[in-house]
Amino acid sequence: MLALNRRTWIAGLGSMLGATLLGTRKLGGQQTPPDGPGSGTMTHAAHAMGPVGRVSLESFNPSTFLRAWNFSDLPPQERARYYKETPRPDGTLLREYQLIAVDRDIEIAPGVFFPAWTFNGQVPGPTIRATEGDRIRVTFVNAGSHPHTIHFHGWHTPEMDGSLPEHQVMPGGQFLYEFDADPFGLHLYHCHAVPLKRHIHKGLYGAFIVDPKNARPAADELVMVMNGFDTNFDADNEVYAVNTVAHHFMYEPVRVEIGKLVRMYVVNLTEFDLVNSLHLHGMFFDVFRTGTSMTSSERTDTIMLCQGERAIIETRFRYPGKFMFHAHQSEFAELGWMGLFEAVGPRRDT
Amino acid sequence: MTPEAVTSDAAPARRSGAHLWLAALLPLVLLAGLVALIIRTGPAERLRGDDAPPVERLSIDRAVLREDGITLSVLNDGPDPVTIAQVIVDDAYWAFTADRGSMLNHLGKTTISIPYPWVAGEAHLVKLITSTGTTFEHEIAVAVRTPAPDARHLAVFTLIGIYVGVIPVALGLLWLPLVARLGRTGLDVLLALTVGLLVFLLVDAVHEGLEAAAGLPGSYQGAALFVAGAAGAYLALESLGAWLRARRARAKIGGSPGWVLALLIAVGIGLHNFGEGLAIGAAFALGEAALGTLLIIGFTLHNTTEGLAIIAPIAKEKPSVGSLLQLGLIGGVPTIAGAWLGGLVYSPVAAVLFLALGAGAIAQVVVQIARQMAGARPVSERFASAPVMIGLFAGFVVMYATGMLVG
Repeated sequence: MLALNRRTWIAGLGSMLGATLLGTRKLGGQQTPPDGPGSGTMTHAAHAMGPVGRVSLESFNPSTFLRAWNFSDLPPQERARYYKETPRPDGTLLREYQLIAVDRDIEIAPGVFFPAWTFNGQVPGPTIRATEGDRIRVTFVNAGSHPHTIHFHGWHTPEMDGSLPEHQVMPGGQFLYEFDADPFGLHLYHCHAVPLKRHIHKGLYGAFIVDPKNARPAADELVMVMNGFDTNFDADNEVYAVNTVAHHFMYEPVRVEIGKLVRMYVVNLTEFDLVNSLHLHGMFFDVFRTGTSMTSSERTDTIMLCQGERAIIETRFRYPGKFMFHAHQSEFAELGWMGLFEAVGPRRDT
Repeated sequence: MTPEAVTSDAAPARRSGAHLWLAALLPLVLLAGLVALIIRTGPAERLRGDDAPPVERLSIDRAVLREDGITLSVLNDGPDPVTIAQVIVDDAYWAFTADRGSMLNHLGKTTISIPYPWVAGEAHLVKLITSTGTTFEHEIAVAVRTPAPDARHLAVFTLIGIYVGVIPVALGLLWLPLVARLGRTGLDVLLALTVGLLVFLLVDAVHEGLEAAAGLPGSYQGAALFVAGAAGAYLALESLGAWLRARRARAKIGGSPGWVLALLIAVGIGLHNFGEGLAIGAAFALGEAALGTLLIIGFTLHNTTEGLAIIAPIAKEKPSVGSLLQLGLIGGVPTIAGAWLGGLVYSPVAAVLFLALGAGAIAQVVVQIARQMAGARPVSERFASAPVMIGLFAGFVVMYATGMLVG
């Protein structure tokens, strides 16, 4: 049901490309206000933390986003419109994507709507995932109200950089980005039109994963994009989250299996704050900074990432139950960047 | 006169009566039509366009701190409906309830209750975030439990009122024997000193009042409210003075114009002290009790000079102890009432109004004294003498110096 709604919306994107700007903006759905927090009784102070009400997950579900890449959350037919892979003679793949910049109001905390600029109607944008050496071809269509670009991190020629004034794709225009997936690691993509701060914090960003030729060990893989939203445009975020929705994983913990390798692709796309961090309760994890090495550089329970920095982290849960994860900047945590893992299965000391 | 003549005379009178009514009502009816037309066609909406965001304006009137958390009184001061989506206290989302719902129409009010464990003596920042992401902040400068209207608080506010209002004014009155021995010039200096004191209070009241008015939600039009209140008080005191003099003239109580003036000064100072009581009570109510003691000492010193102002016009008239007491109470007791009102049922609108009354009253008193001092001569000429100038300046300086204690 949830996925269906998002599909319906994305399906609308195709037919919408020729539509006027106004028409485009009208498509931004989910305007319904939340159930009034007016009802209900006074909660005990100890349980009073966090927002009132719940965000509608109809158009974007952070839990689905966790385990989706290359539009794997869409049914095959739908997916074919945005993603196609073709084998090449050398054994690598040609991966073709369609990314569409579009303005849309998104609900980032219960009842709080943010006038976002999105890739394909969602923030973060769809996760792009390829294997080292694959050819990536992205058809970028700007159906938004401002000039935009896509700037991928990784090796590419200057024309493909999407950063200079002449690289800007005007509203209604499009551009084909083409480059090899290189080097392997955890990267990102974002709009590089100016003013840069606004184009990024309005929501034009996503994760870009390049797997090594010799694949990493099988694992339960999770994409976590740390982001923030400046809802009153005072260059300070009112909402922080991992995957956009404040406190989402407090209500819907990330379910993981005890003893199984869990791999998190953590990307920091928070604007305005110099650094963000991730702290995992009750355990330690291995860190592969930028994911460019197969050897862990560090074993810790807290990592710090500056803007645009990212890391792959790996761990195995030992004990059944709930474990908190959050930014260790308490302010970010209490403004939404806080969630839970729920480990299931029999206890296993590893 | 023939019956026809009577009829023909009365008919135009009736017609002209109907005409008058029509003439009075027609513009109103047309005006109603115009308003209906504007609402139907909405020219402003066309200017705003389809994509214009709503104009959101929330005003947080009051924060009450109790054991179970923080309660905010919120008013929608803007033209468009506003939905309060979340509450952030000190950079953390916090649960809340809204007694009249979280969607507020124009001038809609609600009370937001937040079960937040506030820390006594520390500062807190409450932020309301609306459905569009706009934020409205309210700073709690020093967190203290908001006094509830109970017997203990009533007693404390009464005591503060007595310290600040009644005793200092009474102490000032004790200067009477000294003042009575002054010569003509000495009395002039003293009256001028009084004018100086009062002018200072006037400036202070206008400043405070306009500042409070600026803090009111726009819809309440604080400045207009202040001016109306001040003008009202001025005119009311003016007619009170006229009425008192007329009554005394009728009762043949001659030779004491000073008494009426002293009474008017006492009333004016009483109204002003009411405003001061309000300020002190409100300082406690608004969670700034830490500032309270210094404020009280400052006002106490400041107000002793007010007793002097009351006795100056009647110094030569040997007033009875009873009438002195009466004047002292009129000038001082309102402080108590002000402290109650400010501390227990603080309302920013009431605060502006009372400050306005105080300002208007003092302005009237200044004019009264100036008139009496001048007598038949023009005021400007009378005030141009050195002793009077010195007195005026000294009055202002005394107030300025003691005012520094209030901060």
